[in-house]
Amino acid sequence: MPKTQISGRRRAYIRLMKSLMAVSAIVTGALVLFMMAYVLFRGIPNITWELLSTEPSYLSDRIGILPDILNTVYLITASILLVVPLGAGAAVYLTEYAQNKKLVAAIEYAAETLSGIPSIIYGLVGMLFFCQFLKMQTSLLAGALTLVMMNLPTILRTTQESLKTVPQSYREGAFALGAGKWRVIRTVVLPGCIDGILTGCILSVGRILGESAALLFTAGYAHVCSGFLNALSRAGASLTVALYVYAKEQGEFGVAFAIAAILMLLTLLIQLLAGLTGRYFQKRRSL
Amino acid sequence: MSDIITVKDLCLWYGSAQALHNICMDIPDRSITALIGPSGCGKSTFLKTLNRMNDLIPGVKIKGQVCYQGQDIFAPSVDVNLLRKDVGMVFQKPNPFPMSIYDNIAYGPRTHGITSRIQLDEIVESSLRDAAIWDEVKDRLKKNALGLSGGQQQRLCIARALAVKPKVLLMDEPTSALDPISTSKIEELASALKENYTIIMVTHNMQQAVRISDQTAFFLLGELVEYGNSEQLFSQPKNQRTEDYITGRFG
Repeated sequence: MPKTQISGRRRAYIRLMKSLMAVSAIVTGALVLFMMAYVLFRGIPNITWELLSTEPSYLSDRIGILPDILNTVYLITASILLVVPLGAGAAVYLTEYAQNKKLVAAIEYAAETLSGIPSIIYGLVGMLFFCQFLKMQTSLLAGALTLVMMNLPTILRTTQESLKTVPQSYREGAFALGAGKWRVIRTVVLPGCIDGILTGCILSVGRILGESAALLFTAGYAHVCSGFLNALSRAGASLTVALYVYAKEQGEFGVAFAIAAILMLLTLLIQLLAGLTGRYFQKRRSL
Repeated sequence: MSDIITVKDLCLWYGSAQALHNICMDIPDRSITALIGPSGCGKSTFLKTLNRMNDLIPGVKIKGQVCYQGQDIFAPSVDVNLLRKDVGMVFQKPNPFPMSIYDNIAYGPRTHGITSRIQLDEIVESSLRDAAIWDEVKDRLKKNALGLSGGQQQRLCIARALAVKPKVLLMDEPTSALDPISTSKIEELASALKENYTIIMVTHNMQQAVRISDQTAFFLLGELVEYGNSEQLFSQPKNQRTEDYITGRFG
């Protein structure tokens, strides 16, 4: 018998591995689908216009999550406004200006590590530093600053990575025309990596949307509607924190699931947005 | 004819490796100078020293003197951005910016403070005409420059360099990435440009050096072996090593 025939044992082994992988795929897919279906199934029937558009009131025993929606929007706005200039600026400095490559490598390593630590640690540090040491009390501003700390490594790293993808030849071309360093960065380098910054931004929005542990410590639980600037100095619950409070302390599972469904839909939207931006810039680049 | 660039005892190190040894060379105004030699001989390094593009590479150390119009370019009082405005550069691989043709050409003038639309329009047209590409792109100035062919991109890069009104144009193997037709266009262009500009060109193509250059410098292992009138250097080289190289015995 020629040596090229596959043996029966080998065939059985291949079949076994294939079916094991198929089982893993099925279990994974089923779990994801079950999660999504369950949350949407229990949540969507509880989403009413009244829930979305009112403040909660103990007097009339009404629950509304408008303040929590606004707080979430405020937190995202304040954090992104602070974290993007800070993180992108640091990335530009570290990649384009800094001379001490060892120090840069150390900072990159630290950022990498920071982006992996549990968010509750950020909450603890944020509470001690912003709320108590800087006397901000429990407020949305303290929460937003904690989120800034948390998302800084993400923005820093994504911007740095995209700065590195801008071809050196663009920089050389601009320098050879007599452009100074800052002009080269502003007109040639940054436009070339705007997509990276934007992707980092969208990722951060997603993280902020889903964050609860860090905010429990720093931003508080209040459900009162107010304007952006007023809200910053007051305590307020984000959607995720509200979910925790309604489920754990008031036993309002309907409301909790409604919030969960809203969060899930928003996350889906952000995923779509990230994909679309990526594709948009890819198309523009290949032009 | 006066000399626009004079180089005296130029030595250059990348870290601890010496890449140029005591180069002395005077480059006459409004002429084409070809730099030839095998890969790694230091000709590109020499070229990049003339507009201080080597500053961008960490660990470069330079000794000696390079004078542009009588002034030492390494003097602390020299603004390197103004030096690069006067001594422009075209690279081996065409490197247009990922923006419109118009914005590519206007980049340099805008860098140096020209904002008037009328003035910019004029510069864009005259630069593109000088680079012999105006007729091919005049109807698509707002289109992205990356859509042009390789040869067109290279002429665009020459136009972009001309737009800041340099006196000297450094070309680092400007035709090595191009097809023969584009190459001959660039050669014609270089010959026409020497009326108004001084061109210093690194080339691996010895026929090209013979065809268009007035004088040729032969580099080997970081040394300037022979420098002189191109016709003479290629027909009766004084140095044995030059002869060996141009007759194809090595390199």
